[in-house]
Amino acid sequence: MQRSQFKYRPIIGLEIHVQLATRTKLFCSCPVVFGAEPNSCVCPVCLGMPGVLPVMNRQAYEFSVRTAIALNCQIAPFTKWDRKSYYYPDLPKNYQISQYDLPLGFDGAFDVPVDGGGESRRVRIRRAHLEEDAGKNLHETPGITQVDLNRTGTPLLEIVTEPDLASADEAYSFCVELQKLVTYLGVSEASMQKGQMRFEPNINVVIADGDREYRTPISEVKNLNSFRSVRNAIAYEIERQINDWLADRDYVIDKRSKENRGWDDNRGVTEFQRGKEEAHDYRYFPDPDLVPVEIDDTWLERIRASVGELPRERQSRMARSYGLTESDAATILSDKATADLFEQAASAGHPPTLGKQFISFWSAKANERKVAIAALGIDAERLGQLSLMTADGIINATATATIAEKMLACTDPPRTIAETEGLLQVRDEGQMNAWVDQAFAANEQAVRDALANPKKMQQARGFLTGQVMKISGGQADPKIVGKMITEKLANMAG
Amino acid sequence: MAGAISEEEVRHISMLARLKPSDEEVHRFSEQLSAILAYMEQLNEVDTTDVPPTAHALPVHNVFRDDRPGSSLSPDQALANAPQRDDNFFAVPKVLEQDSV
Ligand SMILES: [Zn+2]
Repeated sequence: MQRSQFKYRPIIGLEIHVQLATRTKLFCSCPVVFGAEPNSCVCPVCLGMPGVLPVMNRQAYEFSVRTAIALNCQIAPFTKWDRKSYYYPDLPKNYQISQYDLPLGFDGAFDVPVDGGGESRRVRIRRAHLEEDAGKNLHETPGITQVDLNRTGTPLLEIVTEPDLASADEAYSFCVELQKLVTYLGVSEASMQKGQMRFEPNINVVIADGDREYRTPISEVKNLNSFRSVRNAIAYEIERQINDWLADRDYVIDKRSKENRGWDDNRGVTEFQRGKEEAHDYRYFPDPDLVPVEIDDTWLERIRASVGELPRERQSRMARSYGLTESDAATILSDKATADLFEQAASAGHPPTLGKQFISFWSAKANERKVAIAALGIDAERLGQLSLMTADGIINATATATIAEKMLACTDPPRTIAETEGLLQVRDEGQMNAWVDQAFAANEQAVRDALANPKKMQQARGFLTGQVMKISGGQADPKIVGKMITEKLANMAG
Repeated sequence: MAGAISEEEVRHISMLARLKPSDEEVHRFSEQLSAILAYMEQLNEVDTTDVPPTAHALPVHNVFRDDRPGSSLSPDQALANAPQRDDNFFAVPKVLEQDSV
């Protein structure tokens, strides 16, 4: 069977859990704290004690609606809470409170950049609903499972897309863009390290053999917790499904059931997880302990007003008003605090130059320290001033980099640093003329060559400029020097 | 009997709830659950043609609290009734395979 005789089209959908940045849990007032002592953020409600009553966290609901609005969803005017049967010790009530048939948001759409950012793909959002997280089961001690219920009851927003993604890269891009969105909206910290975003892609492949089409069975890869694992697991699954179909023509959606697979990050493979169809009987029913939620227009408008400018809108605006390329704007926008800092600094500086400095040495400094530019501790005022000095030509590129380095270690304004270090470019004509004369005197041969042979003029001019820069210790303004040398040579040529 | 719960269904529900009733219990629960269901069937006699479906018995909605942290239990209090603890964790029999929420 020749692999190349068929055409392959992957179909990918995503289910994403986003932990909301509330201070307390969804149905009780236990604090949400990462890394706390095990079982220190629990109460009778989240421990699932008999007779307790859950009460909804308004902030969690508003965060969810804000996100659903940003994902262009319809907002349900009426929703209720349902119990989903779940028998594991990390959720001791034996059910999870979720939203089953009436999700708070539905029928949305989210545009994500694809093919390196030039194009975008519209991904339909099937639903967005709020639910509680489970705790953590730890399996390190032999013979037992340790259970920590601190995370139990933490609000999660579950977002489910339609299968509109066509490659592992597109799915990757979607996840990155969604992380940007939720951090922008301020509804989630969305930290991968803290497990605040978890992904479950659904994948299958349409295989075309001339006019005939075959579809591989859908697999769902469970619980991925990094962008990289999303991309790698999907890429692996696409290949695996194609190979399985090539080896067995009965490997098609009508003849095989959907399967759950786990991703082994070390080995870079997905593994079949034993079929649990029977156990997937969630037996949803309305939770009698919680009353429904109704959103009226006033409340909805208030939440809508809290959405603010979305990352992609901001990207276009920043590119337009600061003279940045879309891709530079995107880089600056990848961290909200950095984008805020940029905008403040731009008002005190030279925006296009500032943009270049942000994506060149400021990002490099930030990367070295594994932080965002905003966390470097340099205020907007000084960032702006440095960009102005560079744009005005009073410091050259080397001096700019030196000053930037020093700005990290002190709180002096860049001009003070430039003065102290003797890095300001000299534009005093008398001084410049003296340096040019000195260079001409020391390099008579080069001057003669240039005058004798116009073809060598360009080269000689470059050489003489370099000599002046050397004599001046880098303080001469090379543009002015170049001009002076040209004039001097022209005068000598008569 | 209409709506009867067979022994097979009792076994299925038990499996979902991670319970292992004895054969005698399965038999007994089947009879009891069938009787309960038959009793509930009486509700079907009410004409609900013009009654809109409801998800809740109370005419109340939007009961919220502010996102303000309250006090939690200490680990010792939380673990006081646990059949088994290990350090500050609840200790349960080994969980082999698991779904995610
Ligand atoms: Zn609690």
